[in-house]
Amino acid sequence: MSIFIDETICNGCKGLPEARCERICPGDLCYRKENTKAAIRDQSACWTCASCVKECPVQAIELRLPFQICSSGSSLKARLKRDKTIWTVWDAEGHQEEFIIRTRWLKGD
Amino acid sequence: MGTLHIDTDILIIGGGAAGCFAAVEIYKNSPGCRVVVMEKAHIERSGCLAMGLNAINAYLHEGQTPDSYVAYVERQFEGIIRKDLVYSIVRGLNEVVKDVEKMGLPIEKNEDGTYKMRGKRSIRIFGERLKPILAEAVQKTPAQVFNRVVATNFIYDNSRVCGAFGFGIRDGIFYVVRAKAVIVATGGASGIYKPHNTGEARHLLWYCPWNAGTGYAMGIRIGAEMTSFENRFIALRVKDVNAPTGTIAVGAHSKQINARGEDYLERYYKHWGGNKCLTHHRLLATVEEKKIGRGPCFLNTTTLTEVEERRLKEDFLNMNPQIILLWATKEMNPRKKPVEIYGTEPFLVGGHCQAGYWIDKDRRTTIPGLYAAGEVAGGAPKKYVSGSWVEARIAATTALEDIKGVPLITIDEDVVRKEKTRVLHPLTKKAGISPAEARERLQKIMDEYAGGISMNYALHEERLLEARRLLKGLKDRMKDLFAVNHYSLVEALECIDRVDVAKVLVEHLIYRKETRWACYQTRFDYPEKDNSRWLTFVNSVYNPKTDEIFMIERPLCS
Repeated sequence: MSIFIDETICNGCKGLPEARCERICPGDLCYRKENTKAAIRDQSACWTCASCVKECPVQAIELRLPFQICSSGSSLKARLKRDKTIWTVWDAEGHQEEFIIRTRWLKGD
Repeated sequence: MGTLHIDTDILIIGGGAAGCFAAVEIYKNSPGCRVVVMEKAHIERSGCLAMGLNAINAYLHEGQTPDSYVAYVERQFEGIIRKDLVYSIVRGLNEVVKDVEKMGLPIEKNEDGTYKMRGKRSIRIFGERLKPILAEAVQKTPAQVFNRVVATNFIYDNSRVCGAFGFGIRDGIFYVVRAKAVIVATGGASGIYKPHNTGEARHLLWYCPWNAGTGYAMGIRIGAEMTSFENRFIALRVKDVNAPTGTIAVGAHSKQINARGEDYLERYYKHWGGNKCLTHHRLLATVEEKKIGRGPCFLNTTTLTEVEERRLKEDFLNMNPQIILLWATKEMNPRKKPVEIYGTEPFLVGGHCQAGYWIDKDRRTTIPGLYAAGEVAGGAPKKYVSGSWVEARIAATTALEDIKGVPLITIDEDVVRKEKTRVLHPLTKKAGISPAEARERLQKIMDEYAGGISMNYALHEERLLEARRLLKGLKDRMKDLFAVNHYSLVEALECIDRVDVAKVLVEHLIYRKETRWACYQTRFDYPEKDNSRWLTFVNSVYNPKTDEIFMIERPLCS
């Protein structure tokens, strides 16, 4: 598995013509199911680029690694602010590490 | 399915680093010029910058000169580069970086405001959002961006390129875009060779899996001259997750060690220069260690401090978030366990190596009306992202100059109908060959007969001739591809493009009868570099009427 979409959090970007993950995925892999939740059509086609993870406004999407490559069960989420990205990593034991990274200059900086 | 006709002055195919920069540049120089960007995905996160970027590796620091820079690239590529192109890139590097910084890209600086030197020719950036920043700059211009439209072929009247056809993935509409000039900026080709990772992880590639070589294929199909396809690129990367080793080696000064803990470059490969050897020798040494039983090899990260480890993780989050998941267990912590490295499968790229369109110094291809920039343009290796921006600037300037007085050409309806039928053909079939089957067949042929990972990248005549034969058979079966929806139609079209590219690649590999760039192009049957015969470019032109590929040699220029 490359991304995990938590259906209890995903709101399908209700009201938008496309879910945000569907709009952004460079491989055209995300789509909205009939129950209005987002899904990935083919896990094996995922590049694990995390574009959808960053784009999701409710943090419903986690980045994971295919089991073939890593069996530990770690995961990664991101929250985008206007000028920074906040990353949270969970390791195999459930420990959490946070990173706040400046990712753009704004006018007036 | 409907057809949409669009007229524009300049059509840019591919809204990646080069394409976005070209659109901005055209608007800056000529605000009234009509521009269309045709983009397969969405320009905010498409192409190889989708994940982000943590360094710009082509930058002229104080103390470096264009001469010293070009000499470096020439040495790295064993004497074969287009110096005229590389010079034109070097002269523009610092300016384009400044431009992108102004768009919003954070760059690490010294106290005096200059960019902090990361490596001899590189700077550290915080580029997780580099692609959205470029896209935002495009969105501020009046350029029309068509996202989710995949280019299928150029519109070509046998004298000049006058637009391109595209398929709308979302709307199912067939696009006919007429233009006075077309800038191709689609990137290079992944997926030609069997990847290192398979099954569920088959798309964990070094290069964007959706850069299918379409720009190369479209040029090949109209007889554009291509150069240096045999100069394949194989990346030395963190095993499985493909994170850049440079971030660790340059950024954190970690040495390469083998399974015995030896600094193998210094100990066994001093004759290539030890730790100062060329990029492809670093890879070759790693492959040799594996063959000889001293692998796997690692980057020794155990000397990192806690602060350095944290900084490294931040750099990777800006570019390769997967490695953070790999490290998120006690036993894989980089300060406790060295990071394993390996060579990826081969790719075709004009940004790291030099496979691509044969262009003049103004970025005209050999077909009038068609310009190339970025990874798809050949002859100028190590241009990376900043060099691609410079190329986009040059191509945009040339196209703007050339379109003066050029009319839009009336397109024969028959030509439109023919291309539409070709593109939609897989959707009309209920059974046949699936895109996955075609992809696996191609990758197997290339891996086993054209120097993939299973052959440790090495090549020789007999196997290459078999690759040629098998590819011909595969190409004949492409008419049996079937697609069940728009998504799989795009996959099918990608297969067709990749096979066209692979056929040209194999001819280049057969033609160069020497070993010029270790691993990238290693011949069992011609193991030495032969400067008396092969200090030359190997180019090719495909003839669509006779289905033949003609090889051409071009001399090095000064």
